[in-house]
Amino acid sequence: MADVIGQVSRILGPVVHAKNVTRAKMLELVEVGEDRLIGEIVKLEGDTIAVQVYEDTTGLTPGANVYGSGMPLSVELGPGLLSAIYDGVQRPLEMIKAQSDFYIRRGVKVPPLDREKEWMFKPLSKAGDDVRAGQVIGSVQETQSIVHRIMVPPDISGKIRTIAAEGMTRIEKVIAVIETASGDHEMTLIQKWPVRKPRPIDKRLPSSMPLITGQRVIDTLFPVPKGGAVAVPGGFGTGKTMVEHQVAKWSDADVVVYIGCGERGNEITDVLQEFPKLTDPRTGRPLMDRTILIANTSNMPVAAREASIYTGITMAEYYRDQGYHVAIMADSSSRWAEALRELSGRMEEMPAEEGFPAYLPTRLAEFYERAGIAKTLSGQTGSVTIVGAVSPPGGDFSEPVTQHTKRFVRAFWALDRDLANARHYPAISWLDSYSEYVQDITPWWKEQAGEDWPELRMEILDLLQREARLQQVVKLVGADVLPDAQRLVLDVCELFKNAFLQQSAFDKIDTYSTVQRQFRMLKIIVTYYRLGAEAIQQGATLMKLRRIKSLSEITKMKFSIANDEMDKLDALQQRLEREMRRLGEIYAGFG
Amino acid sequence: MPDLDKQLYHAREYQGIQQIIGPLVFIEGIHNVGYNELVELRDENGHERLGVILEASEGAAVVQVFEGTTGLSLNATRVRFRGKALQLPVDTEMLGRVFDGLGRPIDGGPGPVAEERWDVNGSPINPTSRTYPTKFIQTGISAIDGMNTLVRGQKLPVFSGAGLPHNQVTAQIVRQARIVGEDVNFAVVFAAMGVKHDVARYFIDSFEETGVLENVVMFLSLADAPSVERLMTPRTALTMAEYLAFRENMHVLVILTDMTNYCEALREISTLRGEIPSRKSYPGYLYSDLASLYERAGMIENSTGSITQVPILTMPNDDISHPIPDLTGYITEGQIVLERELSQKGIYPPIAGLPSLSRLMKDGIGPGMTRDDHAHIASQLFAAYAKVKDVRALASVIGEEELTPLDNTYLKFGEAFESEFLSQREDENRSIADTLDIGWKVISLLPKDELHRISEEELVKYYGK
Repeated sequence: MADVIGQVSRILGPVVHAKNVTRAKMLELVEVGEDRLIGEIVKLEGDTIAVQVYEDTTGLTPGANVYGSGMPLSVELGPGLLSAIYDGVQRPLEMIKAQSDFYIRRGVKVPPLDREKEWMFKPLSKAGDDVRAGQVIGSVQETQSIVHRIMVPPDISGKIRTIAAEGMTRIEKVIAVIETASGDHEMTLIQKWPVRKPRPIDKRLPSSMPLITGQRVIDTLFPVPKGGAVAVPGGFGTGKTMVEHQVAKWSDADVVVYIGCGERGNEITDVLQEFPKLTDPRTGRPLMDRTILIANTSNMPVAAREASIYTGITMAEYYRDQGYHVAIMADSSSRWAEALRELSGRMEEMPAEEGFPAYLPTRLAEFYERAGIAKTLSGQTGSVTIVGAVSPPGGDFSEPVTQHTKRFVRAFWALDRDLANARHYPAISWLDSYSEYVQDITPWWKEQAGEDWPELRMEILDLLQREARLQQVVKLVGADVLPDAQRLVLDVCELFKNAFLQQSAFDKIDTYSTVQRQFRMLKIIVTYYRLGAEAIQQGATLMKLRRIKSLSEITKMKFSIANDEMDKLDALQQRLEREMRRLGEIYAGFG
Repeated sequence: MPDLDKQLYHAREYQGIQQIIGPLVFIEGIHNVGYNELVELRDENGHERLGVILEASEGAAVVQVFEGTTGLSLNATRVRFRGKALQLPVDTEMLGRVFDGLGRPIDGGPGPVAEERWDVNGSPINPTSRTYPTKFIQTGISAIDGMNTLVRGQKLPVFSGAGLPHNQVTAQIVRQARIVGEDVNFAVVFAAMGVKHDVARYFIDSFEETGVLENVVMFLSLADAPSVERLMTPRTALTMAEYLAFRENMHVLVILTDMTNYCEALREISTLRGEIPSRKSYPGYLYSDLASLYERAGMIENSTGSITQVPILTMPNDDISHPIPDLTGYITEGQIVLERELSQKGIYPPIAGLPSLSRLMKDGIGPGMTRDDHAHIASQLFAAYAKVKDVRALASVIGEEELTPLDNTYLKFGEAFESEFLSQREDENRSIADTLDIGWKVISLLPKDELHRISEEELVKYYGK
């Protein structure tokens, strides 16, 4: 580090050109000027380079030195990542705060992982063992809920010469020496990995387990599996961030990486204040214990925003390699794409659609392809699930980022402006959203919830489609002219929207629904339709159906019946069936 | 570069520039100057103008001149580089004063004697140093307090259109805004960008009437000022606000009007520089640029002060998907949208029921802050009013006579909501309890079983009372 490799010749905001450059590599990490602003080489041409600088370049003058590092932009991986908060290039914001005031000043250098903290290392191998790349040789209890598995780096294999005994150690201390073909390799608790390069795996596996989020519209209608990729597009105010927060809070991932990419500072503060107070529904531990936050808010330097997505996904892959299921929230991928556009513009590249660079789809594909469930090098199963928010300008889904993202994800949770305006949250549209993963995870649902899950799901989706068509008629002539059988469809869909799809993030009971509860609630509503349709056929009127006693219970069941009261839902189901049958029988008697 | 050399450079004055395009000046044959630093230019008559370096390369620079380039010549212009970014002297004595967009006094008074000078570009606040805003600000306007609650430290813009009463609404907010049960050290920072003299006058008069003028700092870059100066106006204003809030622990309300003019100035410069345009020819960095302003709001640890921002923007052609309101909405914590249709009906304030939103509302309302029923009644009003819009659409097709009795009830509710809840006088300051009671009064026009979002207990307590 710190060899002068050239001199600044031109400064254009976050893009800096340098000349007289001798040794430089594409995407090498460099430091610019006496403030040692960090940046990355993004263009090489003869003896000149272009550098995208991750900090504000105010006051930088031509002639300033550029220092090379010989390394690509990398992150430090090791114990201490969980419950930390970083900026886009992995500077620890808490530690920066301890060092300076409430602003992030330029040129601050703080190591990402705490050098002083001591960890209890437990060896799982012994001297003389042969080890492969990625093999687990020891462990550290990182937080109460996560055991950090210490792995041989992916590019190293050989025989363990020495390994530390069980005991407290710091992350920079050598814990093992491995004899490799090219000499001895000293292992510490830290690994470095270039952010733009996916970490290697053994092989990809087919997805079969859903990522349970506890959000009914997601889990039941548009599920995403562990290892899947989903996009959440929505105009401003439609609740993207709320969806991302809910998934980050309640999903059954082992580790959550939350990237606030070009979004509001207060949203990050909200997460920081709320997560430590919340407990993980499965482990009972504070949610922060399993969460890594990456915050590059909209007013922080734009180049670091571009990097933040990669920083986050690399950390996610690292925990996947340890055999964990990781979910990564990218809020918002559009801001990342815009950072790309801004930098591309400053480099005077030829623009494609709406000023975005022509390589936008390639970059999006590279990112979303880093999702997946895999057999890791250490032989375990781990996954990375990507939930990427998209902020289309004007809420128009035909814009390039939404359109290209659609090509690389298999689930799509479209947020709807009208629903949001009526404060129907989550405002996930049942007409525009889809999930191609349903087939993959149907067996899981059948086993965990009930055999008839796929039929119930299809039936309600079909009803919602029919309702949309009927609504067009209603808009022209009013609902009164429709026959009762069709008005029942309207009623049931209204009920389904109010009692099932709408879910309050602020209600203690409603905020999370278990799979079993979701299934029963769905079944109750579909039963109301099925038996109601029968009763109408037998001559009952819609008014009678609306007066069923259990109906008001159904409307309120999401607030009144908790996750551990399945018997109450079963009882409600039976009551409903009894009431409906009786109604049907009365009319059947006349018929 | 050793410090002495640096100082020598800053004493150096160059004569002659190479090119002038609009407000941009190209200058060559100089020492290496820093990006974004301040430049002084003097014309033949010795009149000084300020500019800032947009692009720095070896021995050359592109300078954007705030006061415009009228009257500058290529040969006679003299240039000095200050070696630092534009700074604003900051002091509490500036309260009650009027400055131009670059922070120079224009009220005839002397320049402020300040011990400190702060860089107007600011620095990003470390998210871990922020405290989350939760204190309810009562504005006395039902549509805001009841349904789009403003909290201290929030940035809540007013989206308006030409000819709509955004100035009246904002002035009313400034007059009435207060924290219930608290008497505090407050200040208003008012930044005008490209607005007309009479608009500025309106605000000044309104501040004067309410006797808050001594607590107001004004930065005016009016319609006749050079457009480039507008790019600096919000920055100087926010620097002042940061000083008052974070150093002097005051509660600062910042009014920025009109952000549309700011964005136009940004586009003008970007186009002149030949940058690759993005949507509607606005530069690709419009989002980042706006964020660098709007994010300078909030509260931080170690300070009891706060910055609450109410930027005003006029939506070109009332189009909320236009890049300016669109990108603003993505950064700010909600928006108050003014609606032409309501205004034409004679409703003041014409705050649109549905597209308006306050993202921080959920944390500022409820028991102990406003009232226990607040969240549910607000949500129910939104839902019911959304239904009113549907019914009105239906009624316009089939006629009101054909509507079901329930639909007719909704129409009645809609009328009452607009005329009793939304509508109020310009000098009417409603308490939050009044606002919620009116909300209950109008919602009680609807039958109980239509009110899905309200709990049984609340119905018992408030319905029809």
